[in-house]
Amino acid sequence: MEDIVCTFCGSVCDDGEFDVEKRRVKRFCRLGSSKFAEKERIKAPMVEGKEVSYEEAIDYAVEILVNAKHPLLYGWASTVNEAIRLGVILAEKLGGVYDQCASVCHAPGVLAVIEEGLPGGTLGSIKNRAEVVIFWGANPAEAHPRHGLRYSITAKGLLVKDRKQRKVIVVDVRPTKTAKMADIFVQIKPGYDYAILSALRAIISGNADVVPKEVGGVSKEKLIELAEIMKNAKYGAVLYGLGVSQSRGRDRNVENAIKLIQLLNRTTRWIIWPMRGHYNVVGAGEVPAWEVGYSYAIDFSRGYPRFSPAEFSAVEVLNRKDCDAALIVASDPVAHFPASAVKYLKEIPVIQIDPYPNMTTLVSKVVIPSAVYGIEAEGSTYRMDGIVLRVKKILETNYWTDEKILEEMLKRVEKLKG
Amino acid sequence: MMVVELITGRTLDQGATVEEKLGEKYFNAVNYIELDEESFKQLGLKEGDRVKVTSDFGEVVVFAKKSDLPKGVAFIPMGPYANMVIDPSTDGTGMPQFKGVKAKIEKTTERVKTIKELLEAI
Amino acid sequence: MLWIKNGVVVDPKNRINAEKMDLFVKDGKIVEESKVKKGDCKVIDASGKLVVAGGIDMHAHIAGGKINTGRVMRPEEMRVVRNIAGKFRATVGRVLLTAPAIGYEYAKMGYTMSFEAATPPITSPHTHEELDAIPIIDKGALPVFGNWHLVFKCIEEKNLEKLKSLIAWTIERSKGFGVKIVNPGGVEAWMYGGNVKGLDEQVPGFAVTPREIITWLMRANEELNLPHSIHLHCNNLGIPGNYQTTIESIKLANGLKNEKRQILHVTHVQFNSYAGNSWRDVASGAAEIAKIVNSMDNVTIDMGQAIFGHATAMTGDAPFQFTLHKLIGARWSNKDTEVETGAGIVPIGYLPSNPVHTLQWAIGLELGLLIESDKVVLTTDYPNGGPFTEYPYVMAMLMSKKMREGELKRVHQYVQKATTLPSIETEKTLYEVIHMTRSLPARVMGLDKKGHLGIGADADIAIYDLNPLTTDFSNEFDRVYKAFKVSEFTIKDGDVVAKKGELVKEVFGKTFWVDASKKVDVEAVIPDVKSYFDFYTVQFSNYGVDERWLKKSKRIEVI
Repeated sequence: MEDIVCTFCGSVCDDGEFDVEKRRVKRFCRLGSSKFAEKERIKAPMVEGKEVSYEEAIDYAVEILVNAKHPLLYGWASTVNEAIRLGVILAEKLGGVYDQCASVCHAPGVLAVIEEGLPGGTLGSIKNRAEVVIFWGANPAEAHPRHGLRYSITAKGLLVKDRKQRKVIVVDVRPTKTAKMADIFVQIKPGYDYAILSALRAIISGNADVVPKEVGGVSKEKLIELAEIMKNAKYGAVLYGLGVSQSRGRDRNVENAIKLIQLLNRTTRWIIWPMRGHYNVVGAGEVPAWEVGYSYAIDFSRGYPRFSPAEFSAVEVLNRKDCDAALIVASDPVAHFPASAVKYLKEIPVIQIDPYPNMTTLVSKVVIPSAVYGIEAEGSTYRMDGIVLRVKKILETNYWTDEKILEEMLKRVEKLKG
Repeated sequence: MMVVELITGRTLDQGATVEEKLGEKYFNAVNYIELDEESFKQLGLKEGDRVKVTSDFGEVVVFAKKSDLPKGVAFIPMGPYANMVIDPSTDGTGMPQFKGVKAKIEKTTERVKTIKELLEAI
Repeated sequence: MLWIKNGVVVDPKNRINAEKMDLFVKDGKIVEESKVKKGDCKVIDASGKLVVAGGIDMHAHIAGGKINTGRVMRPEEMRVVRNIAGKFRATVGRVLLTAPAIGYEYAKMGYTMSFEAATPPITSPHTHEELDAIPIIDKGALPVFGNWHLVFKCIEEKNLEKLKSLIAWTIERSKGFGVKIVNPGGVEAWMYGGNVKGLDEQVPGFAVTPREIITWLMRANEELNLPHSIHLHCNNLGIPGNYQTTIESIKLANGLKNEKRQILHVTHVQFNSYAGNSWRDVASGAAEIAKIVNSMDNVTIDMGQAIFGHATAMTGDAPFQFTLHKLIGARWSNKDTEVETGAGIVPIGYLPSNPVHTLQWAIGLELGLLIESDKVVLTTDYPNGGPFTEYPYVMAMLMSKKMREGELKRVHQYVQKATTLPSIETEKTLYEVIHMTRSLPARVMGLDKKGHLGIGADADIAIYDLNPLTTDFSNEFDRVYKAFKVSEFTIKDGDVVAKKGELVKEVFGKTFWVDASKKVDVEAVIPDVKSYFDFYTVQFSNYGVDERWLKKSKRIEVI
């Protein structure tokens, strides 16, 4: 099967070839290949460690959710829009909280968008036009291995025809694998992104005199060189990663970077975009935005949606012990949340829907295995730049899809809640 | 003993094993700390020695690995080991501080917990 | 089966003007009395009430990347709670609404169809996912063509057949309804930080001009004979002096004729009707625009009325959005989209105390009043000019000089010298306003089962607490406004969906799209399209929307 769509990272490559007999995928990277490789699955639905039918597991799960005062529905970055939509509606019906993986990933970027907007473009505009690409706190060589080839480093486009016509700059605290592919590597001190962005804004707006000799481990000369490159590019792109949004300053770093882009657009063209992680973490924000108005950290306890990351993001809810049950879909918060949040997850009834056993499985009262989207089921996903791709069904399975499981849950909840 | 600025992040190994979290490969992909050569010397470490990482928020024992990090910066792949010591407060953003946490590191003879043991200890 | 009894019907398409009559509905259609068993009918007593076809919004931004980015960027818009979760969905939104809110609010107002006015073909799957999430109303989407490299290439080659094939292929792939053109050539110029300033300025990197883009797409559209004409957002939007560009663009329709509909639809003309040289001496060019539109028999427009209060500018006109961001210092989102197009989003508001905003408000009304009612459709270019929920305000204003006089007193007096609004005596009749919101947009879009109540029409019906035979529209404007805000009954495909502002039943409407792929040899353009996929980041085979993905597909085949 040709032109299959990868359901691993936010690059969502759609040019794979799948050999059904050998069960092997061609053209994808190591991450994509691992996605399509056979691995251990959750064998059957389980309640408290005992194997049960799908119907029984769903009944039990629904009972937990309906009896909870304030359930947390979390995950969603590795499933399709059809399932996410049902998850949002389920949270609304239950009066619970909807939150998604971005809240421990790129959500600070959303806070920056609320302050300043997002002057961006699709990956195709980078491939075709970007003479300068800056990876800021991003390491696609390890997190999005084919990004450079398809979109940003060696990608051959309309105006920028090959690698020689494109300058690649990496700004990071350590010499990453991506830094080794760059024309210029700017090593900065951890936590100094904001200051360096401010220095660049000062230089570009003609106020270089206020910039000290060194900012965050970078010499003024180097900063001026960087500013000149940015100003002189006909079209440039800043692609930022978690190095910006998870470091000191978080959303304020992103906001400052956006202000830099606004400034550059007064004289030339620049765009900025986050390097989103999971294959549909964008959908996990887009779907609730059109369904209920917000993209994450949404509480429905009053019967209508309220957005407040300080209160309703999963980590805050768990740290504050403000939920009494959790439905975890297509995610592994036990592996990726701070210990304090995991501690509370161990205390409450957890329902998991996922194809693979993971650390969350170990704390879950109800475990419902599901089909793998992109291999065993089709559906709609959003690439990191919002381009929609329909992931495909290649192999048959007896596992239910997230969509079917959630649909059944929603039916039962509607019946019980009236 | 020395104090470092601890960062976490994705790696290719971590990514390639992330759907097999209860397996040996994932365990090996996330259970180490990267340090620069000078720090290695200073702490008297060999590759594969164990290091105890302590922050204001917790402690964890991981394997030591040499890398070309700048001095004073240490890296643990994102995952359950890193999460024992990162700062869970979100400053109202919902995002814990996964990068840029002050941590004390020292050589230790304590063993590295398995993932299940780690979860039990929380 | 429904029997709507004793209503006062206004149905301009069928030349019915305030006649007392009964309507019968069966299987979602208007039928003859003889086709129903009266005993089995649900009876709606419409005595003394106005009965009209459901309203049609032919130009709004209701689904896709733009409005959704707007929502994420503006959570403050979502603090207005419209419905608490229960039998129906929770809905929120001030001007920007959630998808369920869009369906509910249209329905409560007696509107039953709306078109998303601009979707880049490549993001059409997103647009359709959102359209599918909008309950009750029927919908459609217009893919954009005016800045697409492939379109430029066909025009450079002067290959009309290829252009026709490209259009047919694209609207089939994107499940689109027609040909939208946004600032032709200007958005491509924005990729280099510029814009195009006139119809004859060459597009950077291509041997084409805006004039050629419009003309060629118009010819291709006519040869394909699509239900809708080309739908043009003119160059120079939002720039003082732009009314001349608009007039020149309108003239491009000269010489072409279509028996059923216009050759050219120019959209949200309010934003393209400014005289003057700068924001200091800006004035209305609406009278001049009205003159040319009235003199031509193959051009229609929609108003793009500005409503005082909050709004969000969101268009495919990316260079304009950046200008707006610089002008007012507000947040700015931008989306350069592959080699197809771009877009931008900026929060705005219209204040009665601001001379420019007041001018925009007045120009919209001038257009609505000065242009013949058979050529101007009522829109706010939601959410650019404001909420669609204020259409009743515009309707009432068009029908009452007294209401306008009251409003003119409370706004900045700049409009007194910069517009003709204070001197306009015209009061549109109810018949005309119903035409401008129902039968005209249906004709403009080429929908013969919509916008009227004749036998065989879709049973999309609105009943208002307003008796045309006894209402004084000039003086009772407050009552008229309130009556149109909330329908007594809204009926969609024969189902009562809303009653006195309360939802009764949630249904999902259809998505209308046009299939002209049999009309031309689509294969003729495929090699070119495929070669262009070198500049895309998705595979040719993964581009577009399959019909089975749509919740309720309504394919309109062009033969």
